[in-house]
Amino acid sequence: MTSPRTDWSGPAIFVEDVHKSFGEVRALAGIDLVVERGEVLGLLGPNGAGKTTAVKILTTLLAPDTGRALVEGRDVVRSPEAVREIIGLAGQSAAIQEELTGRENLEIMGRLYHLDAATRARRAVELLERFDLIEAADRPTKGYSGGMQRRLDLALSLVATPQVLFLDEPTTGLDPRSRIGMWDVIRELVSAGTTLLLTTQYLEEADELADEIVVIDRGKVIAAGTAHELKNRVGGDILQFSVVERGRLGEAAEAVGVLSDAEAVLDAESGSLALAVGGDGSHALVETVRRLDALGIHTEGLGIRRPSLDDVFLSLTGHAAEDEESAATSPRRQRANRRH
Amino acid sequence: MTTTTLPPLAALDIPPPPMSRRVRLGLSDVVTLTRRELRIWFRNPAYLFFTIIQPMMFVLLFRYVFGGAIPVNVPGGYVDFLMPGIIAQSAAFASFGTAIALARGLQKGVIDRFRAMPMARSAVLLGRLVADTLRLVVTLLVILAVGYAVGFRFHNGIGPAVLMVLLGIAFGVTICTVSAFVGLAIKDEESVGSFGLVWLFPLTFVSAAFVPVSSMPGWLQAFAKNQPVTIVIDEMRSLALGGPLALHAWQSALWLAAIVAVFVPLAVRAYRRAT
Ligand SMILES: Nc1ncnc2c1ncn2[C@@H]1O[C@H](COP(=O)(O)OP(=O)(O)O)[C@@H](O)[C@H]1O
Ligand SMILES: [Mg+2]
Repeated sequence: MTSPRTDWSGPAIFVEDVHKSFGEVRALAGIDLVVERGEVLGLLGPNGAGKTTAVKILTTLLAPDTGRALVEGRDVVRSPEAVREIIGLAGQSAAIQEELTGRENLEIMGRLYHLDAATRARRAVELLERFDLIEAADRPTKGYSGGMQRRLDLALSLVATPQVLFLDEPTTGLDPRSRIGMWDVIRELVSAGTTLLLTTQYLEEADELADEIVVIDRGKVIAAGTAHELKNRVGGDILQFSVVERGRLGEAAEAVGVLSDAEAVLDAESGSLALAVGGDGSHALVETVRRLDALGIHTEGLGIRRPSLDDVFLSLTGHAAEDEESAATSPRRQRANRRH
Repeated sequence: MTTTTLPPLAALDIPPPPMSRRVRLGLSDVVTLTRRELRIWFRNPAYLFFTIIQPMMFVLLFRYVFGGAIPVNVPGGYVDFLMPGIIAQSAAFASFGTAIALARGLQKGVIDRFRAMPMARSAVLLGRLVADTLRLVVTLLVILAVGYAVGFRFHNGIGPAVLMVLLGIAFGVTICTVSAFVGLAIKDEESVGSFGLVWLFPLTFVSAAFVPVSSMPGWLQAFAKNQPVTIVIDEMRSLALGGPLALHAWQSALWLAAIVAVFVPLAVRAYRRAT
């Protein structure tokens, strides 16, 4: 990077009471964030929560209406150029040029960062190797798979070795295998000490990658903590099943109710039940089988699963993690059912 | 994350780099982006088709299919009448590519990516415009070559002939600024494509490009005679074939200057806002 390292000793990212509206839509309604240098923050929220808006403000693409945002001490409004010197961004869709090869895409980025020819070429090879793209390096990226395109996109954001990296939903739209591949790549990256702000709709992803998770909903921070802390707020593992005879749901709920302090979520229509049962899921499972068997209640899909963003959402806000339109119109759905 | 409130943090005060350095790096960015656009253009068969094959087809179509049915009053017959018109029409249609490429860049996030990088914000627009101008020059030269092959000749000497080509390029670049605004304001590749037809077709076809305006019904003539495309084409014809130059020359210059003066600020504003 061209600018000298500064004497900033504060956090790598500091956001204070930032508001941003688009006409009537309040995308951010006063959020605060602090990310220490070298830390990975997962910004977790459903579609429309304001994640991309927050990333755009921090990367100088949008100006906040009010509030302050500093990246390594540089104010995104007052010194946007200084911010751009030290950040990397990979957005929600792969911003690669499909007519150009992987190597050409990287090479052009290097030119735009004003690296000399030798550094550009070396950096391109380094990144292609690191992201397992070296064999496809000289093919037009049009023919790359979704996972390869995302990896190249990430590589593009790293050409100038940024101090602070922003990844907006880096795995959305990828199949499970590519997603796990992407996680490996990101994990390796942060082990080198880059500060990372990552947005995601998946609690599991934030759990895998982030040191700290901030949950946002409708432009507001509604919870913050480690993945472990958030899961505990939900009440640990989730027990779920449906009863074959719909009418006996209440009876079943009563039978398993003693296993937890949490309240069971029932759906009379499908006869399903979901209950947070704390840390020891297997014990709850055995107990459930025993109790329901004693009552002669037959079940389907009985099991224990780890809590998802939906569960965190339900426990924090009382509404499901859906985009606003459907949240406004549809009746409360049962999170437990959607899984299967 | 900390839950305690932090003491107020004062931002670092980092001065922007000196002007000379910004200009030097800005120019380098424009060159990089121009080369990038040209490379993309070369790789994409559809773009090549629209900039080379389609204008050639138009020349042949009007020369041999419609030409015989259109009576004109110029020295070498219809082909001499046609060429200045088709050059202007192709120049205007070439600006389609500008609008589509900008909308696509916004939609796919490529432009946002560039804007989050330490480079001159204007470089993206300038690189685009320089590349599109070069593309336009190629298109016009191809059309002229085809025109020559099918019988077109300049009748007014080499100087005015060169001026005619330059005016065609200036006209194309001017329309590019309108297209840039359309692409940046609409931001959706497909809508830009359909909307482009809505304004470009009437503007170029309801003009003196392919037929004498006097052959149109009176109500249409009022528009066709006075709209900028006709004024520019009349001047190009005078330059190519001989005829009165002065009046249309300054009218053309005024029109082009006025369009640039309106649409460059609009495009820049749309670019600043779009994300
Ligand atoms: N440019 C824009 N114009 C109008 N509304 C916008 C714009 N960008 C985002 N929004 C709205 O702001 C809210 C937050 O959007 P966004 O930050 O993209 O959410 P997320 O990335 O979490 O899905 C949404 O309601 C969205 O529709
Ligand atoms: Mg988003």
